[in-house]
Amino acid sequence: MSLDKATVRRIATLSRIEVADADLEVVAGQLSGILNWIEQLKEVDTTDVAPMTGGTDLKLQWRPDVVNDGDKMEKVLANAPDGHDGFFGVPKVVE
Amino acid sequence: MGYIIKGEKHNWELVIGLEVHAQVISKAKLFSGSSTDFGGGPNTQVSFIDAGMPGMLPVLNGHAVEQAVKTGLGLKAKINRRSVFARKNYFYADMPQGYQISQYDQPIVGEGTLVLDMPDGSLREIGIERLHLEQDAGKSIHDLHPHKSYIDLNRSGIPLMEIVSKPDIRTPEEAGIYLKKLRSILRYLGTCDGNMEEGSMRCDANVSVRPVGSTELRTRCEIKNVNSVRFVMQAIEYEARRQVDCYESGGTVDQETRLYDSNKGETRSMRSKEFAHDYRYFPDPDLLPIEFDEAFVTRLQGALPELPDDKLARFTKDFGLTAYDAGVLVAEKENAEYFEEVAKGCDPKLAANWVITNLFGVLNKRGVEIGDSPVSAKNLGRLIELISDNTISSRMAKEVFEAMVETGKTPDAIVEERGMKQITDTGAIDAAVDKIIAENADKVAQYKSGKVQMLGWFVGQVMKATQGKANPAMCSDALKKKLDA
Repeated sequence: MSLDKATVRRIATLSRIEVADADLEVVAGQLSGILNWIEQLKEVDTTDVAPMTGGTDLKLQWRPDVVNDGDKMEKVLANAPDGHDGFFGVPKVVE
Repeated sequence: MGYIIKGEKHNWELVIGLEVHAQVISKAKLFSGSSTDFGGGPNTQVSFIDAGMPGMLPVLNGHAVEQAVKTGLGLKAKINRRSVFARKNYFYADMPQGYQISQYDQPIVGEGTLVLDMPDGSLREIGIERLHLEQDAGKSIHDLHPHKSYIDLNRSGIPLMEIVSKPDIRTPEEAGIYLKKLRSILRYLGTCDGNMEEGSMRCDANVSVRPVGSTELRTRCEIKNVNSVRFVMQAIEYEARRQVDCYESGGTVDQETRLYDSNKGETRSMRSKEFAHDYRYFPDPDLLPIEFDEAFVTRLQGALPELPDDKLARFTKDFGLTAYDAGVLVAEKENAEYFEEVAKGCDPKLAANWVITNLFGVLNKRGVEIGDSPVSAKNLGRLIELISDNTISSRMAKEVFEAMVETGKTPDAIVEERGMKQITDTGAIDAAVDKIIAENADKVAQYKSGKVQMLGWFVGQVMKATQGKANPAMCSDALKKKLDA
């Protein structure tokens, strides 16, 4: 499977990663290589295997409905480049 | 039915499906231990999971699963004992993970039914397509700073149930009744408080139109995040008219998301975000499937409260109420409970009448809920008993009721204080009757000469003589006996 430049540009936009036009060709080649490598999985016969969402036999753990976290606004905001009065500040989102 | 938009070329009917986001009643969030309380200081109810910090893993709140299954049972829906969380990827400032954990092709609840009680007494079934669990996003505040938006993540991670109807709804009125009925069921179940003003219940409406008689499904528009039943109905009405005008003038309708502006009473296109609909759903690798056994479902089924439809059936069957009265009483769980308390020791039809006409009248006037009623259910029940056993007349009961509203006293105390006890002592009534007859020989002569309608005048005189306390039926009987003798 090989990706064209337009698809790479679209993936980059969706991922919010900046890829310069000059690099699109290279990245397309790299991503295609990864996809081709993964495509080898298709060679395995999975006719009688139910689809899985994970690779373990574990059961999903449930937590009780108990409040035991939160109340740490300062820690939550510690790495925010632009905190104001307990809020995260971000560039204005105009609707 | 009968909601048709008349155009030049066709008569058009509406095809409406509703998506309701209902906040699950829980103490903690869907995947973290932080609080779901409303109104906390900004970012004080946020864990590192809710803030989307790298390396944090979600752990499912089992109570949210129970609530979703309970709701599914209340909607008589198929419960899926295995369902899968998926990531819905999109980029927005108030969603720090960069994806919403939701459910996609394997939701926890499948198809069900909601029955609408139409005003003409008929029933109308609306299909439920699915119900799935997902997390809420944070809140963006745009008006605190001229160049910035502020983000509060307290809502981030709060458990929601998205409840999707089939496109079975045909009129704005049905949409309104659907929302009220769904809200009522959720509140009976205790799985969502149904408060649209605080945003714990939000509605998206999918609307399309088609010529009457056709079964095609045309392009639909989605009206997002409407926050009251009335606005949902208005938005649908406007949007349907807009689409009809589009088609009739030779245009087409684009599939798009629209916003309802309640000030202008119109819907308008949201600036469509680039790739907005490329959500790239995939199973969330941080979470295994939700699985439970039949015993889990049976236990929840066994603990379900009586739901509005069953209560309505019981009120009409056991109490002999009309479907309309029963419908009014069961719409809110608290009202139904109040009524049952009133009706415990007295005639249920009379009780329904008093609750609906007199009590609800007072509550509406004062703008209070039944929980703050100035008259307790016990006292209202006692008042009705006093009418039934002839202690007071219905007319006096209204006066007693007013005094109960003002003072909160028991009806017995008020009747005692004001000496309003009805005279049912035949001796006292006979004495009054004799006196009136003796004093009005001319009127007696008229009556005897055939003017039997004079009886009413005599009853009035006896009532007057007893300050309205005599039992009117007994007066009438006593008068007839003496005058006809």
